[in-house]
Amino acid sequence: MIRVVLPQHLRTLARVDGEVTLAIEGPVTPKAILDALETDYPMLCGTIRDHVTGQRRPLVRFFACAEDLSHEPPDTPLPEAIASGAEPFYVVGAIAGG
Amino acid sequence: MTAIRVLVGTRKGAFILTADGKREDWSVSGPHFAGWEIYHVKGSPADPNRLYASQSSSWFGQVIQRSSDGGKTWEQPASSGDADTSGDSPVEPGAGGMPKGESNKFVYDTSPETGRPLTTHQWYDGTQHPWEFARVWHLEPSLTDPDTVYAGVEDAALFRSTDGGRSWTELAGLRGHDSGPRWQPGAGGMCLHTILLDRDNPDRMYTAISAAGTFRTDDGGQSWQPINRGLHSQFMPDPTAEVGHCVHRIAMHPSRPDVLYMQKHWDIMRSDDSGDSWEEVSGDLPSDFGFPIDVHAHEPETIYVVPIKSDSEHYPPEGKLRVYRSRTGGNEWEPLTKGLPQRDCYVNVLRDAMAVDSLDPCGIYFGTTGGQVYASSDSGDRWTPIVRDLPAVLSVEVQTLP
Repeated sequence: MIRVVLPQHLRTLARVDGEVTLAIEGPVTPKAILDALETDYPMLCGTIRDHVTGQRRPLVRFFACAEDLSHEPPDTPLPEAIASGAEPFYVVGAIAGG
Repeated sequence: MTAIRVLVGTRKGAFILTADGKREDWSVSGPHFAGWEIYHVKGSPADPNRLYASQSSSWFGQVIQRSSDGGKTWEQPASSGDADTSGDSPVEPGAGGMPKGESNKFVYDTSPETGRPLTTHQWYDGTQHPWEFARVWHLEPSLTDPDTVYAGVEDAALFRSTDGGRSWTELAGLRGHDSGPRWQPGAGGMCLHTILLDRDNPDRMYTAISAAGTFRTDDGGQSWQPINRGLHSQFMPDPTAEVGHCVHRIAMHPSRPDVLYMQKHWDIMRSDDSGDSWEEVSGDLPSDFGFPIDVHAHEPETIYVVPIKSDSEHYPPEGKLRVYRSRTGGNEWEPLTKGLPQRDCYVNVLRDAMAVDSLDPCGIYFGTTGGQVYASSDSGDRWTPIVRDLPAVLSVEVQTLP
């Protein structure tokens, strides 16, 4: 299972505590993770990426295995540690006040 | 037993204040949607337990929340297992019958059939800037159907849901008015902040946009005309242009839908002909800059404003928080000060942050950027803070419950 760590506000919207786990068929990419996340938690549609263009929202970032993957193409295969569930995929709100 | 429910949107969540008909002892629930900007919360006139809330953040965008129990519990329509079974919703369920999460989706209608091309508008420096959705400023539930609600958004456009907020469709005729490239954002963004529905004529509706002006439809939102004749705005190259005026708020009494009152960037204005023409009624106010304007529930010629010093200094003149009341539909104003701070007060009162109840005597409510909500249960003669340390208040609505 893929593990995803969401920021607090999105955990509240999704009504989950702690990490989210997702089952993904095929290559594990940022897009595949977000597709699965939005299917299981439709209330998150539009909160991480644009409804229509699929573009990451400007103040949201993606981290995994100590790397910033925010600017990688959405179809980039993620490290094996993400695919295996050894490490989580982080969706992070930019640290910009609040 | 009659009760009052005050719906307060703030920079960091929503709060619901309730009291019985005496309006003396208030209980506060919240924060709902803690940490998010709540631009507006409003109840359906057709079903007071149906509430809609606009929740947004710069990080995670726009969220629409709905309550069916007067704000005790909330849901995101069509997102949390609330599949529509009425067959009315244009939203087809997703895979496995799962809801698709369309209730947050505000996409300008650019279709050839019903839409208008996405044009540009003026940016602050006069250059052209693309139309971009930012947030919902104002939610206006239908007067007759709890599942129909209008949304005024930034960048300025009007959306409608007829399925309880599950999905939204733009009424693109407004944005498609060919004056769009001359609209420009006010300091808060280019927002559609006011939606007035006509109780006697379901095809007639008014909207106001900063800074474009006031618009009216007489065909249920298909087509719109600017109604800004008589407005004078010094910040425009042509101060009497058809569009570009920074209208801050318009208000009407439900029994007299042809009479409109306006708080403009500067100037209090009045129209007696459904907006076809306006005259200034600022009269003897200490300043005619301000944001909200509202009408007494039982006296259509009694109106309220909160003067603010200037467009450069968004706080009350002389540090004295005063509501001004006119019982003559404008021109002659009296300050209402009892219970309001009369020294060292430098809060603002934003455009959607004043409302009236329909008890007798009429209750008036307003919220400040300092987090106070003040109420008067005698038409404004005396005021008291019913809560005083909230985050900055963005909006105040009142429900009078049977």
